[in-house]
Amino acid sequence: MELLTLKQVSIAYDNERRFAVENVSFTVNEGEYICLIGSNGSGKSTLLKGITGLVPVTSGTVTRHIRQGQCGYLSQNHMIGPNFPATVYEVILSGTQSREKHLPFYTKQDRKLAQRAMEMFGVSDYRSRRIGHLSGGQQQRVLLARAFCTSPKLLLLDEPCAGLDPVITREFYELLARLNKEEHIAILMASHDLEQVESYAGRVIVMNQTVEFDGTVDAWKEAAVKGELLNV
Amino acid sequence: MSDLFTMFSYAFIQRALLVGLLIALCAALLGVILVQKRYSLIGHGLGDVGFASTALAVALGLPVLSVSIPIVIVAACAIMFYSQKVKSSGDIAIGMVATGALATGVVITAVSGGFNVDVSDYMFGSILAISDTDVVLSLILSAVIIVLFVLCYNRLFLVTCDETFARASGIRVSFYQFVIALLTALTVVLGMRMMGSLLISSLIIFPAVTAGKLVKSFKAVVCTSVVLSMVCFFFGILLSFVVNLPTGASIVIVNIVVLLAVLAVKNLVFSRLLRYDNT
Repeated sequence: MELLTLKQVSIAYDNERRFAVENVSFTVNEGEYICLIGSNGSGKSTLLKGITGLVPVTSGTVTRHIRQGQCGYLSQNHMIGPNFPATVYEVILSGTQSREKHLPFYTKQDRKLAQRAMEMFGVSDYRSRRIGHLSGGQQQRVLLARAFCTSPKLLLLDEPCAGLDPVITREFYELLARLNKEEHIAILMASHDLEQVESYAGRVIVMNQTVEFDGTVDAWKEAAVKGELLNV
Repeated sequence: MSDLFTMFSYAFIQRALLVGLLIALCAALLGVILVQKRYSLIGHGLGDVGFASTALAVALGLPVLSVSIPIVIVAACAIMFYSQKVKSSGDIAIGMVATGALATGVVITAVSGGFNVDVSDYMFGSILAISDTDVVLSLILSAVIIVLFVLCYNRLFLVTCDETFARASGIRVSFYQFVIALLTALTVVLGMRMMGSLLISSLIIFPAVTAGKLVKSFKAVVCTSVVLSMVCFFFGILLSFVVNLPTGASIVIVNIVVLLAVLAVKNLVFSRLLRYDNT
């Protein structure tokens, strides 16, 4: 089943004079694990923001075959301020909200989901701690747990491990791989970590404003060896 | 003591107490959000706009509330719109609106014949200014704010905690921001009669900050901040009767004392705990 279809998507900035993303077309299917790679400024982040609706798409179409609420989003260096008064549980539970749900209060089901997310992402011990008092890696896990609470079919991740140490980063990728395999959540992740791309991703999209390469990991490695991909 | 009882039997003091407690409640609820969104000075800026609109109303001989309410609401929306559109930080927008409004107010006052009692009461507050209209408006306003908070609590939490995530989940963030701006404007206009346009922002800032030092969760901060705000207001007004001080200023002083006391106790407890850990 298709989750997301992009057709000739372009995103301009600077009063439509320059394009960050140009003519990008691809499809994301259920359960896929896709890594978006490309050098800095190649338009990966902008494309992800365009898909979530955080920046307007200049031309082309983004078709979501799922509700917006089923599209979890986690961005790079995404931190909640150290003084923000909220516990881990409050933050994770808040992920269960989405536009289509008009209930003013959380249901029992929402609370169960949050509980499950906390156990799954190993943050139950911090349940009542302030989010700002956690380390970077712990916070990122909490935010991933919150994204999981949107009951996503698709997770859009924008360099989620930027600034985390190698051990925490490995753990984080393991978690993502589990979500992908056990919960059948599709993953579309912008990443610079090529090693990780090799070991976890099923499909690679190389971006340089437009799509330079789109194929399996093996095909990507082959192309890279042949020197067809210069920009990564 | 019996003097105090006599005091509370006066109708104008009962009115002031009722309006003040309601405004303290509203300001505390909104304050938790405004402080976290770094819009805490919005109350201060709007207070200055309130002052300018009061000067205008007095100069034109019109009822103050009917002039202030629309002007302050427009200013609140303008600040929100500007800081979102230009993506500059909110403090620049607030700084410009605040000083601009204060200057305009002073010019209007000077042109229309200098400062009179009314205008200076509005700058520093007076409990004598509280009318029956204020009581009715405060009751309506606080009812609206409480209902809004209860019904939209989860949304407001999400919008305050993480705007990007809220937007990505399809929540209309700007709508909630404008609602908050609107309610803040109304709270400021009603509250500045008693607190003074220069002091009203203290009701928004202090309780939220003190509560943030005391408890961990957002829900607890909201509740604590409301209780603190109302208690501080009550003791502030009591202090102003007993020692015969200006009401608004006394309330601010009580808020400051409570914040300092909380900080002191917290530091003391922490240093004890550290020593205990070390031995």
